[in-house]
Amino acid sequence: MDHAATLPAAGHAETATGLNTFKVGFWVFLGSETLFFGSLISTYLVYKHQSISGPYPDQVLNIPLTSVSTFVLLMSSLAMVLALAGVQRGNRRQGLFWLFMVAVLGSTFLGFQAYEFTEFYHKGLTLQTNLFGSTFFVLTGFHGAHVTVGVIWLLTLWVQGLRGELPPERSLTVEIAGLYWHFVDIVWIAIFTLIYLLQ
Amino acid sequence: MATAEAEIQAGYHPHGRTGLWDWITTVDHKKIGLLYGATSIIFLLLGGLEALTIRTQLIRPDNHFITAEAYNQFFTMHGLTMVFLMGMPIAVALFNYIVPLQIGARDVAFPRLNALSYWIFLCGGLFLYSSFVIGAAPNGGWFGYANLSERPFSPGPNMDFYSLGLQILGIASIMGGVNFVTTIIQLRAPGMRLMRMPLFTWMAFVTSFLLITALPVLAVALFFLTFDRFWGTNFYMPAAGGDPILWQHLFWMFGHPEVYILILPAFGIVSEVIPTFSRKPLFGYAVMVYSGSLIGLIGWGVWAHHMFATGLGPIADAFFTISTMIIAIPTGVKIFNWLATMWGGQLKFTTAMLFSVGMIAAFTLGGISGVMHATSPHDLQQTDTYFVVAHFHYVLVGGTIMGVFSGSYYWFPKITGKLMNETLGKWHFWLWFVGMNLTFFPMHFVGLLGMPRRTYTYSAELNVGALNALETVGSYIMGVAAILYIWNLVRSYRKGEPAGHNPWNASSLEWATTSPPPEYNFGRVPTVRNREPLWLEGKEQVIADAQAAPGYIHMPPPSYWPILTAIGIATTFALFMTHVWWAPLIGLAATALCVMNFAFESTT
Amino acid sequence: MSMNPAAAPSSAHEAVHAHPGAGTYVVIGVILTVITAIEVAVYYIPAMHPVLAPVLLSLSLLKFVLVVMFYMHLKFDSRLFSTVFVAPLILAVSVVIGLFIIFKVLPHYQAVSALVR
Repeated sequence: MDHAATLPAAGHAETATGLNTFKVGFWVFLGSETLFFGSLISTYLVYKHQSISGPYPDQVLNIPLTSVSTFVLLMSSLAMVLALAGVQRGNRRQGLFWLFMVAVLGSTFLGFQAYEFTEFYHKGLTLQTNLFGSTFFVLTGFHGAHVTVGVIWLLTLWVQGLRGELPPERSLTVEIAGLYWHFVDIVWIAIFTLIYLLQ
Repeated sequence: MATAEAEIQAGYHPHGRTGLWDWITTVDHKKIGLLYGATSIIFLLLGGLEALTIRTQLIRPDNHFITAEAYNQFFTMHGLTMVFLMGMPIAVALFNYIVPLQIGARDVAFPRLNALSYWIFLCGGLFLYSSFVIGAAPNGGWFGYANLSERPFSPGPNMDFYSLGLQILGIASIMGGVNFVTTIIQLRAPGMRLMRMPLFTWMAFVTSFLLITALPVLAVALFFLTFDRFWGTNFYMPAAGGDPILWQHLFWMFGHPEVYILILPAFGIVSEVIPTFSRKPLFGYAVMVYSGSLIGLIGWGVWAHHMFATGLGPIADAFFTISTMIIAIPTGVKIFNWLATMWGGQLKFTTAMLFSVGMIAAFTLGGISGVMHATSPHDLQQTDTYFVVAHFHYVLVGGTIMGVFSGSYYWFPKITGKLMNETLGKWHFWLWFVGMNLTFFPMHFVGLLGMPRRTYTYSAELNVGALNALETVGSYIMGVAAILYIWNLVRSYRKGEPAGHNPWNASSLEWATTSPPPEYNFGRVPTVRNREPLWLEGKEQVIADAQAAPGYIHMPPPSYWPILTAIGIATTFALFMTHVWWAPLIGLAATALCVMNFAFESTT
Repeated sequence: MSMNPAAAPSSAHEAVHAHPGAGTYVVIGVILTVITAIEVAVYYIPAMHPVLAPVLLSLSLLKFVLVVMFYMHLKFDSRLFSTVFVAPLILAVSVVIGLFIIFKVLPHYQAVSALVR
């Protein structure tokens, strides 16, 4: 989140590639994140069918509910690019509206997750119950933590926008927040298929 | 423009901070490099003291110098210190100081993030060492095998320090990796194409790529261990269906790239020192770049050779045997290229050169024993014996540490403006080289005779007492050599001969600017036209540009948010130790506050 | 941080031209929604179950690629961004596949070959 204040500073030096340094650094960071989630997903798959007591995935996973929350997260990605397009074109109202919508849709996704976790708890599945519980909650929990960070980041940008601090020259801050947001979305695309649909 | 005026305008101390406060708030890559260097040398001494304690305990059979429990803590902390608190940060120290100078940059890509990495590293190191205060240092070995590291088998706080401390250190490494990959991609001077970069910068690039890819895997493995220990999950608990072997896979998926994280910087240093003191360009530059990158890549596909004894089955054994043997090829290519660089050169055996040549010899020996245990049936005989200890100390002490010593003699004049004492340096080299071989060579035999590692004593009937005594003598000689080294650093810093900007008549860009370099590194950023800018045509212009009086250069202002954020992050993990589930949230809230301030701080 | 080029002056301006417009974004959003609907449908159709894994994996890969190419602009941006992201991504996928083979495939294979012997 180091970008917010640093980006608008007038950079006069040319970079070796002609690309923006913060954007390059952020892509490198996302590359690093793929290994973080790769390891978490591997663990889930390695421990699939290894739980020695229930509840098992097919007894608790709620596909209709998660399909809706998956749809919500996908739409938040659409809202994110619309917000970016608004900021880039200097359309302040469009930018602010969609930025706020991303935060709302992201929070809705988190609400679904909170409901899902509570539901599982009532069905007897906790972090400690069995391997499924441990791997499921830790994987989706780390994803949810990433979404939470994203929502806070986007709300920060939204407040900046309200104060008129998001002119087109600073659209890069929104673009980078967007990269983070879409990354969280593609991780969920993988989780939805590998954990929910391929039981 | 008068120089004094120019320096004021260029911001020699434009932010008016001096002394301790300046060091705490600095974002200058050179000062951060020095902080990393000083800290890792202190940890080198601590890790060395632990090693000497271990060797003293093993000087004769059935010895009771320290207890078995203390021995466990000492060998674990020795390993953790030498890998995480000395080997990695001392390479990062040189990356910090040298890489921006070598590519013609004024700083790294993210100066405040760089400071943050250092402070997180320091906090992590202090957290790990605070365990000694309560007499409960980690005691399960540096690779902390589950399920020995789990709560039922390690009930004390020892392995909590391990799982939380390494997590803190890992964050610093990932941040550093992101920073250096970005710096090398983005901040090269005009004309500094990728294939013109010095080998040291290239190896820094490959190492940083390994940092950003390998450390997240360790982070996940450690999170599982932490959750198991604190919140009763079952990731590595067989009673609930968990598999301790998963820890080994995740750990070594990080651990083997880690081996290359430790050795590639040394390869880079040797590739700078040998051409300089042979007065010849590096032989086969492109092949050196490709082989270094290949080592980084293949280094990702060999991890399970640490796990042959777990019974992976014939298919996995065959795969990892073959991949491990393949990685010896690019490594061998490097060794032959260094020798070919020296061939027919005007060799000058300065201390830096002696350490580089000694490194090649010692590393080759360690490499050969490495290929020996790549063979899985052979490995079953050697695993967990002193043969393995001999192998990795040859590559880490003979390879990494000798490479770093070489680099410190080589770059000390650039960093301080003074030459190191060559007489003391040669004493240092010979004592170290003899001591190292005396300590680790007999371990091959001791291991093949069946002495297990990580056992606090041995029976006289094993007939390895004399060789062990010899090893202990060797380790004391290394201790003397290390003291000579520190003395040489201090003495040369105080009253070394002035070095001038290029005492070795070396070829790369860092030698164009003054020694020590000004805060802004180069008065004007030079344009690079070839691979050896200080040897080939245009060198006068490069030096003139580098040492030119600067125009207005805006350097980033100092900041105290990096150190505060680092304290916040370390506190978050440390508060796990309270076993109060919400306690880490307090640290997290403080961290979030710091991160916000960090993000919104003005950098103009 | 201003001495280092944290902001290439022209990037925001160029981005407007390089990036697709709202129309493309909405079309991609519709496609993503349709694919998700197909995925869920496939899950509920018993006839599809023998090919569930390959079909679902291909569909989610398609979604992944669409988001990365269009919403994250890798199709339009410098190839360098693709390189620094895809290189670690390949490693991450290899980690998943490698561990899957070691834990789920090899033990079965070895058990079968032991029986045959």
